[in-house]
Amino acid sequence: MYKYDQYDHAMVRARVEDFRDQVRRRLAGQMTDDQFKPLRLKNGLYLQLHAYMLRVAIPYGTLNSTQMRKLAHIARTYDRGYGHFTTRQNLQYHWIKLEDAPNILGELAEVEMHAIQTSGESIRNISADHYAGAAADEIMDPRPWAETIRQMTTFMPEFSYLPRKFKIAVIAAEADRAALRWHDFALRIVKNDAGEVGFQVFAGGGMGRTPFIAYEIRPFLPTGQILSYLQAVLRVWNRHARRDNIHKQRMKILVHELGEEEFRRQVEEEFQHFLSLGEDFPQAEYDRIAAYFTPPPFEAGLPEEIDRTDPDFAVWVDQQIAAHKAPGYAIVNISLKPIQGIGGDISADQMDVVADLAERYSFDELRVAHTQNLVLPHVRKADLYAVWQSLRDAGLADANLDLVTDIIACPGLDYCTLANARSIPVAQKIADRFADPERQRDLGELKIKISGCINACGHHHAGHIGILGVDRKGTENYQLLLGGSGDETTSQAKITGPGFDEDGIVDAVERAVERYREVREPGERFLDTYRRVGMEGFKEAIYG
Amino acid sequence: MADSGNPIPQATSEGNTLRFRDDPVPDEPAVSLDAFLDQSNANSVRIEAGDDVRLLGPVLERVRLVEIDFPKFRDGRGFSSARILREMGYKGEIKATGDVLVDLVWFMRRCGFDSFAPDVPLNLEDVQASLNRYPHVYQEAADDAVPIWKLRHPELQNG
Repeated sequence: MYKYDQYDHAMVRARVEDFRDQVRRRLAGQMTDDQFKPLRLKNGLYLQLHAYMLRVAIPYGTLNSTQMRKLAHIARTYDRGYGHFTTRQNLQYHWIKLEDAPNILGELAEVEMHAIQTSGESIRNISADHYAGAAADEIMDPRPWAETIRQMTTFMPEFSYLPRKFKIAVIAAEADRAALRWHDFALRIVKNDAGEVGFQVFAGGGMGRTPFIAYEIRPFLPTGQILSYLQAVLRVWNRHARRDNIHKQRMKILVHELGEEEFRRQVEEEFQHFLSLGEDFPQAEYDRIAAYFTPPPFEAGLPEEIDRTDPDFAVWVDQQIAAHKAPGYAIVNISLKPIQGIGGDISADQMDVVADLAERYSFDELRVAHTQNLVLPHVRKADLYAVWQSLRDAGLADANLDLVTDIIACPGLDYCTLANARSIPVAQKIADRFADPERQRDLGELKIKISGCINACGHHHAGHIGILGVDRKGTENYQLLLGGSGDETTSQAKITGPGFDEDGIVDAVERAVERYREVREPGERFLDTYRRVGMEGFKEAIYG
Repeated sequence: MADSGNPIPQATSEGNTLRFRDDPVPDEPAVSLDAFLDQSNANSVRIEAGDDVRLLGPVLERVRLVEIDFPKFRDGRGFSSARILREMGYKGEIKATGDVLVDLVWFMRRCGFDSFAPDVPLNLEDVQASLNRYPHVYQEAADDAVPIWKLRHPELQNG
């Protein structure tokens, strides 16, 4: 994985000192919180219901064991002994003291981490396929481009106050594991007919209160022109977005108002202009970065077979393992969705266990998935049993990847000042209802996503089953949505009808799921059945 | 501080204006973009956040001062306006007015602003401290700063 050089170190250290000075001025009363707010937000520091929340960037979801141990140390020293992995592959601490924040950033800098541009109206941390570098189906590792774009977009002066946040994702496979088209700007690395590598570019996606699926703005962009193209997109948006209503300033709204064709035309015009400025990074710099992502020295001649004599282990293998590109290796998914837990939460001790496993069994590499689970990307199949035993001892061996209890839920009213309703208790009640492992496996892939307000941090628009918490006359009310997807067949979920109270929504989910069981055809997932029979078939079951 | 090869011009402070130029201060009041385009003898123009600075292209030769207004610091359109002016080859003064935060001055300098007359005057020391804070830049902009990728590849510098 990427290693900072003297320049990267100097920039991150400067940021720590910059922020230390800003906090000092705030604590000394030289700045109001209004003035401080935009500055702390550029460093991932939010003021939540009970305390400050610090969001740490995990670029393209890649971590090593040293970094994971540092995250554990910070959780113990400055928080309450745990952290929370997010849907953008980052980590959040929810109980931070303002005066500690500069020291935390200092500790992160020691292990080549930061919180730069993890919030505020900026170009956010870049997300990527969490199987990058390991997936059997990728045409190359997308992370060297993600890292190159990270550097291009760090402290971009012209875009230091964008109309809103701007989220980028990069993948290099047909299968979309990064919810690509729900991003403002998304790249799929492809090869054209001549065998040249380039980007298929999507623009204008996003969830929030006005969801849009990104459209293909350019079928093929030569990789070496990405900075020009990205600047063109950002400039068109920065100059022409509305600035009068924060809810209408995301790029998706401008794309929608101008129309896809006109937005594309303006971007192309600006793109030609940027190309003439000659600011694109040279191939040599990409090559320098890419050299850090050379595949690890996979052993040859390893056995493919897995000893499945332990039935609990066999169940876990069937659910949590994905195909690796190297023979004899597997990708291990670690569930952070225990039935009674909080999705994405992990204790400091568990972080240490995972760090040890990465170091010992996975070439010191870890990944964070946007589904709020963790990944050991390169494990020998022969080591899977040992890995599973350690995970089981640490309470991390749930076998529910992509099943009904692998729920994405935002922090909701338990933590967030924006929320209208609680998300976590609803997720727990649903998980409880479907806790029986056999029932889960029978239902197969079923992605439930829960947001506690219309800002959609819990990705309810992309849920096979989505749940949206709203405030109705002072009581929490939950709307049910069906048919969303964040994979390569991206679709937006639709509301079924009137909402439910907290217990009612759990029953409604169960009625929808049971209807699926009744009408599914062999091999059909919930989403396939929904797409075949449509909303009406489900509505009847849900509302009677 | 590491040597980035990017010396920071000394700023001078007069009244509420911080200026990074040593040519005479233009003394004509700036007029609106529409008025400027109508009056063939005007040489100072005021750009509001929504104005298209590219309209100045045909008359750029007579522009000596462009004031770019920030109605609120959250409105970042002025950053693009300044950079576009520099890309068009404009060498005159670009002054930031309105709601300007000291912590954004570094980015503004990089976009081509070379004077600052915000509603709340900036403290010269704070400005210098914030301009000195970051030793490098990752990408090119309207200033002369050498991006990190070039420092990493000295073999490409004269290419």
